[in-house]
Amino acid sequence: MRSKNIVGRIDIWLLLIYLSLVTIGLLSIYAAAFNETHPHLWDFSQNYGKQLLFIGVSLMVGFVLLLIDAKFFNAFAYIFYGLSIICLLLVLVVGSKISGSTSWIQLGPISFQPSEFAKFGTALALAHYLGEIDTDPSKLRTKLISYGIVFVPMLLILAQGDAGSASVFIIFLLVLYREGMGGKILITGLVAATLFILSLCVSKWYVMIGLVILYALFLLLIDRTKKNIWLLTWILIAACAFVFSVDFAFHHVLKPHQQTRINIILGKEHDIKGVGYNLNQSMIAIGSGGFSGKGYLNGTMTKYNFVPEQHTDFIFCTIGEEMGFIGSFVLIVLYLSLILRIIHLAERQRSPFSRIYGYGIACILFFHFAINIGMTIGLVPVIGIPLPFLSYGGSSLLMFSMMLFVFLKQDANRMNIL
Amino acid sequence: MIKNKINYSSRKYVIGAIYILVAIILLVKLFIIQIVDDSYKHSYESNTLRYITQYPSRGKIYDRNGKLLVYNDAVYDLMVVPNQVKNIDTLSFCKLLNINDSIFNSYMTKAKKYSRITPSIFISQITKEEYGRIAEMLYRYPGFYFQTRSIRQYPMTIAAHTLGSIGEVTKPEMSRDRYYQLGDYIGKSGIEKYYENELRGTKGVKITVVDVHNREKERYMNGECDTLPQAGTDIILGIDADLQAYGEYLMNGKTGSIVAIEPTTGQILAMVTSPTYDPNELVGRKRGIRYNELLNNPDKPLINRAISGVYPPGSTFKMINGLVSLESGAITVNTAYPCSGPNSEPIKCTHYHHSPVRLYDAIENSCNPYFWLAFQDMMNSKRFGNQKEAYMFWYNNVTSFGLGRAFKSDIPFTVPGNIPKKEFYDRMYNGVWNALTVRSLSIGQGEILVTPLQLANVAAAIGNEGYYYEPHYIKSFGTPHDSLSQQIPIDSSFITKHIINIKQKHFKDVKKGMQSVFEGEHGTARMSKIPGITVGGKTGTAENPHGLDHSIFMAFAPVENPQIAIAVVVENAGFGSTWAAPIASLMIEKYIKGASTRPYLEQRVLTFNKSEE
Repeated sequence: MRSKNIVGRIDIWLLLIYLSLVTIGLLSIYAAAFNETHPHLWDFSQNYGKQLLFIGVSLMVGFVLLLIDAKFFNAFAYIFYGLSIICLLLVLVVGSKISGSTSWIQLGPISFQPSEFAKFGTALALAHYLGEIDTDPSKLRTKLISYGIVFVPMLLILAQGDAGSASVFIIFLLVLYREGMGGKILITGLVAATLFILSLCVSKWYVMIGLVILYALFLLLIDRTKKNIWLLTWILIAACAFVFSVDFAFHHVLKPHQQTRINIILGKEHDIKGVGYNLNQSMIAIGSGGFSGKGYLNGTMTKYNFVPEQHTDFIFCTIGEEMGFIGSFVLIVLYLSLILRIIHLAERQRSPFSRIYGYGIACILFFHFAINIGMTIGLVPVIGIPLPFLSYGGSSLLMFSMMLFVFLKQDANRMNIL
Repeated sequence: MIKNKINYSSRKYVIGAIYILVAIILLVKLFIIQIVDDSYKHSYESNTLRYITQYPSRGKIYDRNGKLLVYNDAVYDLMVVPNQVKNIDTLSFCKLLNINDSIFNSYMTKAKKYSRITPSIFISQITKEEYGRIAEMLYRYPGFYFQTRSIRQYPMTIAAHTLGSIGEVTKPEMSRDRYYQLGDYIGKSGIEKYYENELRGTKGVKITVVDVHNREKERYMNGECDTLPQAGTDIILGIDADLQAYGEYLMNGKTGSIVAIEPTTGQILAMVTSPTYDPNELVGRKRGIRYNELLNNPDKPLINRAISGVYPPGSTFKMINGLVSLESGAITVNTAYPCSGPNSEPIKCTHYHHSPVRLYDAIENSCNPYFWLAFQDMMNSKRFGNQKEAYMFWYNNVTSFGLGRAFKSDIPFTVPGNIPKKEFYDRMYNGVWNALTVRSLSIGQGEILVTPLQLANVAAAIGNEGYYYEPHYIKSFGTPHDSLSQQIPIDSSFITKHIINIKQKHFKDVKKGMQSVFEGEHGTARMSKIPGITVGGKTGTAENPHGLDHSIFMAFAPVENPQIAIAVVVENAGFGSTWAAPIASLMIEKYIKGASTRPYLEQRVLTFNKSEE
């Protein structure tokens, strides 16, 4: 009983979550920039009016994408990738400097960030390459090309001085992992790096609690053979030992000024005028929300500009302050549902391209979501990356929407693939 | 080929688990900062709520007749927020402010240097008249606004020491009383200090929500938590402003003081210290500089000589000695002692006069031998076991006039002066001493020291024939036409009679003698007699080892029913009859009649010049 038209066959849940997030974003920007003299949502002189415009454009582009042949993106994956690489090279030459990094290209009245486009291109190229029949993740050649596809744009973005956007590409390693690469070493490295940062950022005891929860989860999921249980237990012990040794090394080996420097990088300590100021204000805003928040449009911290960048990178503050823990909880669950839903859909794809592409965008969204919220609450260093679908900005909203709609199209079309 | 590929789909669980774990970590941290940890809520409050103090207007101060002595005047500071200054017509703005282009630019640069977004003073202390003219046009110039400040004003420029001044609160003052915040004003001296709690009123608070640039955005809870300031209580003083002004006029160019008391209440009618200063000088921004100038002035205008200047009372003390001797029973009003003028022993008299003399003549002539002999007889009186006991009788009676102790009232920093204790002489003379040893006391010299305020109080006590009230400034709380005196009583100790344990008839006798100082043929103050008013008084000349003697006079009038008691000290002016007596006489006439009828006397007093003497 397949619907005749494309709209009937797209995953309605994914679309609904997308629309809710975009709506929450618009309302939050309205709250963040609320201005009594411009009370109308459709006042295009204000940021929320512009965001409304961006949403409209994104939906139109998304609709067009749904009409394009599903094979188009697979076939043109390398073209998109190549274009994004050219844009990244171009930005190094003619890019305009905005807040410290040259990452924007000005095309008449429109300025856009090639790094946003590069995420999309990389996801497509990786999916295309690994989806080809003759690639084998166990072969070195496949591995090298796959890593190359990820690291070339990453290095180019790093060259622009935009470490935040560059760091996003690390998450593609998870995609590679899903496709059979990197396995143990990658996971070990990733886990070690995560534990390293976590044990410096939060109390080692929280990290340990997290590890134990993870251990319990794995025990539930894997075949509970004696060998596996032993292995997992050893991993847990090793991880805990690692956390302890990092904590020890930090507090007893490093000198105080070195600790301070690392703490500043980690966003734990800050001079009140620099980046640390944003974080401090952001945490105060979110913390002051309490359990149920101050109510919509009643958030005095965000409304009165205490949190800089509040409509872009720090949009989560508005939700944390006005909607409290409940609102934050709902938002995080919404994001988790979105990402898990994408993985779930990706796994049911018949074409490896669609699956890998699905994982690609799930990972990108996950990284943005986790790092962005993490930085507003002081869990990770403040790096300027937007919260997908919520942060103000045409470039990022359009790119995230396009990524999602391309996947929606792939999913809607899955039955047509042999 | 496809079959050879290993299926890695179980890895989706690992990836899913990572996602879930990270989401849990985020939620835990959110739970901590939003629910568990309170510190963020507290920093939020100080971050967004501004408590703006609403200052109450300070209580006004009036004189006994309702004349305004101290009031609050508004001055206006023109404030600027440089960032909000946009597209203004500089030329017309400068014209409005009566400044030129370069001044405008330099003020603007200064303001910008301070801050572009927080207000700073552009032009300070603009007068009311100018304010009206400028404020009307100010809407054309965004970024500028007026801020009102209140300063103390003294319309009559008198009684600087009495009224005192206010100044910014210091750290120790703040720690003593949590009411004060940095920048608040507090009474620093005089009435302003003593009645600080009544005058200051109660501060109100306006709570506003501000943004990161400290810009006010809205009222917190629509002003429900705000409190209104309550104006301070007004105070009416016993001071007679005209008399005070007249006294300051008469003392101009002299060093010394005048204290006038209303004997029936103990209220200060006038307290003049000279040299003095204009109270308006210690107001506002220039306070610090002017205060230091006054402090370093060699004439020491900041010292209130009326309460902290100590002098040997000289002959003015003879009344007390006479009273104590009468009370002891050693002499009667008819007891007569011989006087050999300057040849008298052991104490000389200043001049020859008829001999022997009785009490009235002795006072009229200010006869030293009489009071020495009366003192000696008192000390040797059979009534007492020995001379030490007699001395204790003398000491107790003398101190019951308020001498030898500091007054406890709203007059701050009164000094005790000195009436030597028995133990003092015991130590000094190893316990071996008698009337002859301490004979200087009989004529008000020696170790006796009094302040002009104490002397005026003695005059009041004699005028009252045996009692006085603790001298004090306040008459009542409230405004002249709507007195709050019923609601807020003044300190009860101010209206408690101090009774002197000497029979009233002795006072009557002494008063009679004091009246003859003016009216008697030989009276030392006969030149200062006031037509139509009976005055009792006594001249004094305080020996001054550092230069010319101090001219002292004390008096009360009218004798039958005293309305004013007065003490005058003119430093380095010689005999009491020369300077102090005419000044006291003029003051009394001014107070009772309302004006002086003796321009020649006034003129003579005003021509005083230290260098001529």
